[in-house]
Amino acid sequence: MPLNTDKTIEGSFQLIGGDFSIAGESSAQLKKILTDLGVAEDIIRRASIATFEAEMNVIIYAAAGTLSYTITPQQIRIVLVDMGPGIKDIEQAMKEGFSTAPDWVREMGWGAGMGLPNMKKNSDEFNLDSVVGEGTTVEMAINLP
Amino acid sequence: MKLNEIIEKLSLDVKTVNVGLQKEVTGVYVSDLLSDVMANSQDGNIWITLQTHLNIVAVAGLKKLSGIIIVNNRHPEKEITEKAESDKIAIMTTSLPAFEVAGKLYQMLS
Amino acid sequence: MTIKELENILQAKIVVDSDNLDLNIDSACSADMMSSVLYYHTANSLLITSLTQPHVIRTAEIAGISIIVFVLDKQPEQTTIDLAKEKKIPILVTPYCMYTASGKLFETGLPGCLNK
Repeated sequence: MPLNTDKTIEGSFQLIGGDFSIAGESSAQLKKILTDLGVAEDIIRRASIATFEAEMNVIIYAAAGTLSYTITPQQIRIVLVDMGPGIKDIEQAMKEGFSTAPDWVREMGWGAGMGLPNMKKNSDEFNLDSVVGEGTTVEMAINLP
Repeated sequence: MKLNEIIEKLSLDVKTVNVGLQKEVTGVYVSDLLSDVMANSQDGNIWITLQTHLNIVAVAGLKKLSGIIIVNNRHPEKEITEKAESDKIAIMTTSLPAFEVAGKLYQMLS
Repeated sequence: MTIKELENILQAKIVVDSDNLDLNIDSACSADMMSSVLYYHTANSLLITSLTQPHVIRTAEIAGISIIVFVLDKQPEQTTIDLAKEKKIPILVTPYCMYTASGKLFETGLPGCLNK
């Protein structure tokens, strides 16, 4: 399904760690952008879920981060870069159910250990880099038909 | 209804060994929040959740729950089933989601 | 299913009403963990939950949930209500616990959502 434009659309959002009051709003805005562009519903859903989980990870675990997006007629590319604790064992972190969330996070409905698996499940390309003590970068791409 | 009857009727997968399944189930509690289970569950309730971390065993023990059903095909790590065995808490799993397990139990127990 | 039918089945109060007469619900999900709602959920679903903070509404919007039911008479804060109105997601509050609310809805033939 063609986009309502053939230009490349880019943007970014600043994320503040620990700020649950607007947590998820950046993903909601990206969802709106994709809807306005005429992207297919199932792709919007996948992109929104992947972005939302990534955004929540930054807010739950990191001090701050940036969510950037690039939309071309071929692909939606989302990059999350955070300043946070980093991930010691990426393979372990990708396991469904594995979580390092503290109890108070669990009591808010997060920390079920599904975030990273959700992100990978909904992307066509998924890459995660992390340095303990510095932060994490997640890159996801979803292809447009 | 006894726990083993429920296990059979729902085709639950029992993950713990040597934990008695004869317990009488007094009711059902559905929640993923430990604070909620601590506050509102009753003695002998069977607990439906998707949580698989170690704290669920402690909570089930403190509240004297008859067992834990973990849903959505999620599986507890060996560390959790071992602790459950040592604390005599039965852990079962199912591929069904919480809504359906609760629904079926509601039909069975009402 | 209409919102009035839901109101009756769950002895619920409508906190945020729906613009649509037919809610178009295909399935239901009972969960407190947001990521499970996103992982297992299918669109046009009803969410039964005990968490009432605004991020539940945001999760629902991302997941495409049509309606939210809060259990145990948990009243959502004003920020949650305002956000639900903005996102056009109706909210009901039932005095039933998650088990009973699930049971009563399951009885109507509504399937659970499991989208792997």
